[in-house]
Amino acid sequence: MSEESDTPPFSTVNINNDNREEEDLFASAVQEVSLDPEVNGTEDEMEKATIRNAPPAITTTLSSPILEEIATERANNILITITEPQKIGEGMSSYVAYRVITSTNMPIFSKHEFAVLRRFSDFLGLHEKLTEKYLRSGRIIPPAPEKSIVGTTKLKMTSTPSTESANGNNSSGSVQSQFVERRRAALERFLNRVAQHPVLCIDPDFREFLESDTELPKATSTSALSGAGVLRLFNKVGETVNKITYRMDESDPWFEERSSRVEGLDTCLRRLAGACEALAHERRELAARTHDAARACAALSGADPHAPLSRALSHAADLHEKVEQLRMEQSNTDFFVLTEHIKDYLGLIGAIKDVFHERVKVFQNWQHAQMQLTKRRENKAKAELANRPEKIEQASNEIIEWEAKVERGQQEFDTISRVIKKELERWEEVRLTELRATILRYLEEHMKHQAQSIRYWDAFLPEARAIK
Amino acid sequence: MVPLYRLFRALAFTLGLEWNDCVEDTNHDPLSVPAPSPATIDTKVAKKKPSETVSLADNSLLGLISPSPTPASYRHETSSKNAVHVDISDALSEKEKVKFTVHTKTTLPEFQKSEFVVVRQHEEFVWLHDRYEENEEYAGYIIPPAPPRPDFDASREKLQRLGEGEGALTREEFLKMKEELEDEYLATFKKTVAMHEVFLQRLAGHPVFRNDSHLRVFLEYEQDLCAKPRGKMDLIGGLMRSMTTTTDEIYLGATVRDVNDFFEQETSFLQEYYSHLKDAVAKVDRMTSKHKDVADAHIKLSSCITQLATREQPPTERFLTRAAETFDKCRKIEGRMASDQDLKLADTLRYYMRDAHAAKAVLVRRLRCLAAYEAANRNLEKARAKNKDVHAAEQQQADACARFEQLSARAREELLDFRTRRVAAFRKSLIDLAELEIKHAREQQELFRKSLQVLKECA
Repeated sequence: MSEESDTPPFSTVNINNDNREEEDLFASAVQEVSLDPEVNGTEDEMEKATIRNAPPAITTTLSSPILEEIATERANNILITITEPQKIGEGMSSYVAYRVITSTNMPIFSKHEFAVLRRFSDFLGLHEKLTEKYLRSGRIIPPAPEKSIVGTTKLKMTSTPSTESANGNNSSGSVQSQFVERRRAALERFLNRVAQHPVLCIDPDFREFLESDTELPKATSTSALSGAGVLRLFNKVGETVNKITYRMDESDPWFEERSSRVEGLDTCLRRLAGACEALAHERRELAARTHDAARACAALSGADPHAPLSRALSHAADLHEKVEQLRMEQSNTDFFVLTEHIKDYLGLIGAIKDVFHERVKVFQNWQHAQMQLTKRRENKAKAELANRPEKIEQASNEIIEWEAKVERGQQEFDTISRVIKKELERWEEVRLTELRATILRYLEEHMKHQAQSIRYWDAFLPEARAIK
Repeated sequence: MVPLYRLFRALAFTLGLEWNDCVEDTNHDPLSVPAPSPATIDTKVAKKKPSETVSLADNSLLGLISPSPTPASYRHETSSKNAVHVDISDALSEKEKVKFTVHTKTTLPEFQKSEFVVVRQHEEFVWLHDRYEENEEYAGYIIPPAPPRPDFDASREKLQRLGEGEGALTREEFLKMKEELEDEYLATFKKTVAMHEVFLQRLAGHPVFRNDSHLRVFLEYEQDLCAKPRGKMDLIGGLMRSMTTTTDEIYLGATVRDVNDFFEQETSFLQEYYSHLKDAVAKVDRMTSKHKDVADAHIKLSSCITQLATREQPPTERFLTRAAETFDKCRKIEGRMASDQDLKLADTLRYYMRDAHAAKAVLVRRLRCLAAYEAANRNLEKARAKNKDVHAAEQQQADACARFEQLSARAREELLDFRTRRVAAFRKSLIDLAELEIKHAREQQELFRKSLQVLKECA
């Protein structure tokens, strides 16, 4: 995600327009709600209103394929959209702020519709807080988008405000807007995943993130270059070493099976993501080459003395330019519908692995306590043998202490195992529906592209026939 | 598919690749005979071999030749008029060279028999072309461009890459890639054959060219013609020749004052047109080859999804397997789209690029003739001034003038003909292209629609 070269040319999608459209739709939704006080009162009505208005809003965004399905079917009736990425400030201290719009009828939120301005590091901060709080209890925390130093730095270096460049067709701007748009879509998916989680959704930090009008305290530790970042890196290295060296003898066959399945899925999906990306990439190149061909065709038509043929060739050139656009859209479909989803999927698998690892750590703690307890018991036995009452007393105190710890450890281990099982079951269900929805959506999009292609060539056919 | 496989095997052999692992049945394979040397392997591909995967119309290139719009009517016309009918009935790929079996049927009395068969190589076609180009009598005619050298480098290079990347692919992907490559190779091969055939047919169909003695020799003489594969010296010779042509073009263009507006216009038109065509050919080629890559990218996608399917529960597995099938079918359509683009657009452009080149050659020859005419004029003036050999000089001048006039008239006709026949061929190709594109897009749309239906059902 961090490589700039991966980003597809996004020139065909006008982000600003999309956003405006979306906003308008939302605005109308708000109006509808606020104009009618009675609707505000009854939650059922409200739900209908949101649902009726929400799906079209989503379909206009190319990049949120899964939301639709989530938003309408899940119990958590909450829909988060992110719009208007805007660059704030200039130079290295500048950043991009996103407007986070939430519409919900969940009673824990004070309003039905609210919007806040958040920057990327706020999202990372939220993720970190959630991880701190819930990873230990075995919750699968949806991964936040990765930090991309290259992308952000480039963005900071461009002097034009990104909103403007996203709007314009200049190529340097489109690279930036691609990056922003990709991130916007990723952040949107991240927030909605959190929102759909029964536990994470009601977390006060998450609610604060969505609701609070004030700026959030800057999450310094998320910066990749800060001391905390380095520390985190060390921790990560340590954990990796731990992961490699420490092998837990699995007592639960369920976990054994799941763990190996997740590993298998991981490798499989990695290959798939590679294949998708390759396809999107090839298609993007094809678009570029189609453009060249269109240009060459136009030049040829200019040189042709035979008027009808020249006209037909110039139509062919136009056609190829349209086809170029189409290829670009196809590539975007390949990328935004399929590849991004697979990547999200991979990210979630990473989160699952983290959870599994957390369980191993809990297990380790428990085992450690167990060992300590045995040692203390031995100590006590030794002391008894040597008949040294003060040591016996000390040892029995320690035994009580460690017994409590063992018990706690065991309890913790049982809890985390149970929670993980539940979480995985939930994920399993979500993941299959998401996968299905993605593939269906992908095919639908491509079907539309083909219909478009038919229209283009159909329009060209009489031009070809008109030669002579 | 044995012959094709053998053909491919020979290709693989020249690259030193191992293909044993992907061949199930080698018993009837001549290669399994102990110690065959690669040089002795010859492979045979019947030109009219039916192949579903390659939508290569063998005679599609015939549509390029004019004046007849379709090969059928063209054949009819020639055979009815007491003429020569040529086709390449067979071709043989032998390591580096391709041997074409040229089959002729004729009723012309100049030929000894009414039907005969000879084996010719590409170099001999080039030789024949050069004989026409040398002949002063034909200076005013657009001589059909010589067929391009059989070029399997692209396939070979892909094969090489495939061989290198073998480890990174699963067996299925490998087989699919190989299949694609075989189709591609076969398509190139067929195209080469068709190009050679078109060349001969244009000569045989031409009212003047078909009476040439060299053509008769080419068609009749059963031994090898003395057109050995070009050595280094010949290659340099060819280079020199093309260089002199180019310099002639520039030199004559700069020195000889052309009095005729028509030819002046024609020259600049052809020069510009040729360069645009060349550019267009290169761009369209790049586009189609990338389209092929897009199709190939589907292989990996499909196989990855199949792999994923094996890890899932039965309902999801079914769903994913279906999805993978869709992608595989999609690949085939995309591939066909690419090859049709190549055939309809790129090849038409390419053919007329070479024809435009041939037309340019006529103009150069005309300029050369004009230069000779001017020289004769000067000679005559000198002779008159000195009052010596006036009669001979007058005669020469008159000859040169007549030659020039004749050539100009002929060239004019030919160039005008070039303009019109080009239009007909382009029209046909563009219509065909549009129709094929629509057909493929429909097919693909239908494929997606059906699989969506199926996928939605399999819950």
